[in-house]
Amino acid sequence: MNKKFMLALTLAATACVTQAQTLRIGLAEDPDVLDPTLARSFVSRIVFSSLCDKLVDIDEKLNIVPQLATSYQWSADNKALTMKLRSGVTFHDGEKFDAAAVKFNIDRHKSLAGSNRRGELAPVTTVDVIDDLTVKINLSAPFSPLLSVLADRAGMMVSPKAAQAAPTNFGTKPVCSGPFKFTERVAQDRIVLERYAGYWDKANIHFDKVIFLPIVDATVRLANLRSGQLDFIERVAPSDIASIKADKKLGFSRIVELGYQGITINTGKSDQAQKNPLGRDPRVREAFELSLDRAGIVQVAMDGEATPGNQWVPPANSFYAKNVPIPKRDIARAKQLLKEAGVPNPVFTLMTPTTSDAQRVAQVVQAMAKEAGFDVKIQSTEFATSLNLADKGQFDAYVLAWSGRADPDGNLFSFYGCKQPLNYSGECRPQWDELLNRSRNTLDTAGRIKVFATLAAEADKVKPVVYLFHRNWLWAYNKKITGMRTVPDGLVRPQGLKM
Amino acid sequence: MLQYFLKRLAAIIPTVFFVTVIIFGLQQLLPGDAASVLAGENQDPEVIAYLQKKMHLDEPLPVRYAYWISGVFHGDLGESMRIQQPVLDLIKEKLPVTLQLAGMAMVIALLIGIPAGIVSAVGKDSAWDYLANVIALWGLSTPNFWLGILMILVFSVQLGWLPASGYVSPFEDLKANLAAMIMPAFVLGNAIAAVLMRHTRSAMLQVLNADYVRTARAKGLTERRVVLKHALRNALTPIITLGALEFGTLLSGAVLTEQVFSIPGFGKLIVDAVFNRDYAVVQGVVLFTSSVYILLNLLADLAYFVVNPRLRG
Repeated sequence: MNKKFMLALTLAATACVTQAQTLRIGLAEDPDVLDPTLARSFVSRIVFSSLCDKLVDIDEKLNIVPQLATSYQWSADNKALTMKLRSGVTFHDGEKFDAAAVKFNIDRHKSLAGSNRRGELAPVTTVDVIDDLTVKINLSAPFSPLLSVLADRAGMMVSPKAAQAAPTNFGTKPVCSGPFKFTERVAQDRIVLERYAGYWDKANIHFDKVIFLPIVDATVRLANLRSGQLDFIERVAPSDIASIKADKKLGFSRIVELGYQGITINTGKSDQAQKNPLGRDPRVREAFELSLDRAGIVQVAMDGEATPGNQWVPPANSFYAKNVPIPKRDIARAKQLLKEAGVPNPVFTLMTPTTSDAQRVAQVVQAMAKEAGFDVKIQSTEFATSLNLADKGQFDAYVLAWSGRADPDGNLFSFYGCKQPLNYSGECRPQWDELLNRSRNTLDTAGRIKVFATLAAEADKVKPVVYLFHRNWLWAYNKKITGMRTVPDGLVRPQGLKM
Repeated sequence: MLQYFLKRLAAIIPTVFFVTVIIFGLQQLLPGDAASVLAGENQDPEVIAYLQKKMHLDEPLPVRYAYWISGVFHGDLGESMRIQQPVLDLIKEKLPVTLQLAGMAMVIALLIGIPAGIVSAVGKDSAWDYLANVIALWGLSTPNFWLGILMILVFSVQLGWLPASGYVSPFEDLKANLAAMIMPAFVLGNAIAAVLMRHTRSAMLQVLNADYVRTARAKGLTERRVVLKHALRNALTPIITLGALEFGTLLSGAVLTEQVFSIPGFGKLIVDAVFNRDYAVVQGVVLFTSSVYILLNLLADLAYFVVNPRLRG
């Protein structure tokens, strides 16, 4: 009896020790404002994963799974989405999460000055509170990407009481309903979150604290992991993978991103498009694409840590248009096309941000295209400036990466829609707009796949963007950590994580 | 001396005014639109328009300057658009970190640089001189980020003696604070020590050949007393100026060292703010550090009086 008692005591003590743990995560950048309505960076989404629950989430296969909403139902005309909410959920300030809170949050996303969610929720007209735990989101037209939008920041719920109390600086002390609550932030140093005792899924949370430490240099981030000061690091440098794999104390995960790395070509953004054969003639763009060996680019520029691709989604994605496969490198055909176009040696400037990845890509592209006769001049430009030049159409071609969204619409609409903010190529075609709108209005997956296949074939004829590859999210962590989930959005979900 | 002090103090006012104009003016030369950078990857036109209005980017330059400078006079340096924090709070948060790092680096630099310079000058062309010169050359030619990463790999990853990076407040845990600061302080101090050593050496060599030093030796004073009391005191004047300037530079942030060791000081703050076009932060921090720089110069001038009695007349 005594022995059993002692054993129970020891186990209880061990359990206490196990629970009193801190997870220290090394981030590649300092997150921006911690308000889901205003936030605009990828890295802040990693912090939100521990801080703010969403109405729904995505899983490893990009399926929509419940989080704060337990089920949903589309109306017969597909213009309203009714969601049943989880009961017994509270915000970190103890306030109740209910349908009124959902209405408040969506209204806030749509009306707060400077909201980055307004565009994502543009088709949402009103939100009706049906009862305490049922909410109906009304749309101006059917909008198939809505659920995936609600699986990101637009679906994050903050405490209405706290948001009303801090109308201008809620982001400095965010109050949400996620597994961890906000404790403190020292800009560029750390963000500390503490376990929320009232979390609805607390059985799945095994850490007492999560500390996010922004460490910009990948080598230093890894050194911190090796010396035991961090438990987890995101965005490991591809060149470090071999040494991480050789280290018995470290674990490693690789996930293909939702976004892409590509070269956007100015085909109609400004008069400059007509002055350059690359912007003027689709045959020259086809020759340019044929001069590139994507697998070679991935190998040289990314140490093999990316998946070659030629569309806005990776080849393994269910929305990938199989009718437009990755073309093989064909220098002879490229030369022939350039001859037909009457420009055997086209010259153009490739603008590239100053990140080392983008620079390497530009150099490899320059070398490969040269073999077909292209004279590519690389123009390294600081990111803010390059964005400005791209927006004004003062470029021939631009190496541009996109972090990606769960629904292909997020990788497409703003880039291909006429006059859309990210349409740097300037390509404006009513037929494309019609296809983009149809993909939004079609709810069944098979129907959408067909629409995207048509759009992919059309875009392939014009090539406003030459997609190159999809990077891998590379994570390294203390091998004692278990329960790591590799969801393609690259966010660290604390549910189920143990050490 | 009071008159001199007041004169120098009065000169600060127009200097600071010109500094504000230059800070504001130079920032306008930064290419790119601040609102579109801060709007993030979605580039929502409504968000861009909102940010332009909030940052007064739609107003003429003089009006924007007036908005800023009137805020400065009221003790309001504006707010970081990126993280919603008042600039003054950010400065208060980073100042102790930067002060400590600069202070420790300076102490290390002085402890290495001045004795090495003296030894090198006194034993000119001796083995000590050559050794000190080699060390100085190493200090000058070693890039901070390289030395930083090398030290992290040796002392943190291999030996596990010191934390690889990060910052702990001395009020929270003094031992952890010193452990975190010693490597970055050494990296910074190392480069400055080299500069100080070179200057001390040349200043000392000049003074050691002066007539009064020969007189002092002729009086039969010990070499130790000649060097430390007579020669060094006179040689110190240019070194004080140099030290003050180096310290001022340290206070404006040691960008690379802070980046490598993840020390949340002014350097990191300014660099991030410049890349994100967070104008209020850049303006506020640069104004603060340049004011400190001007003040340090004044203090250096005053220090001449203390070490050099001839100036007091």
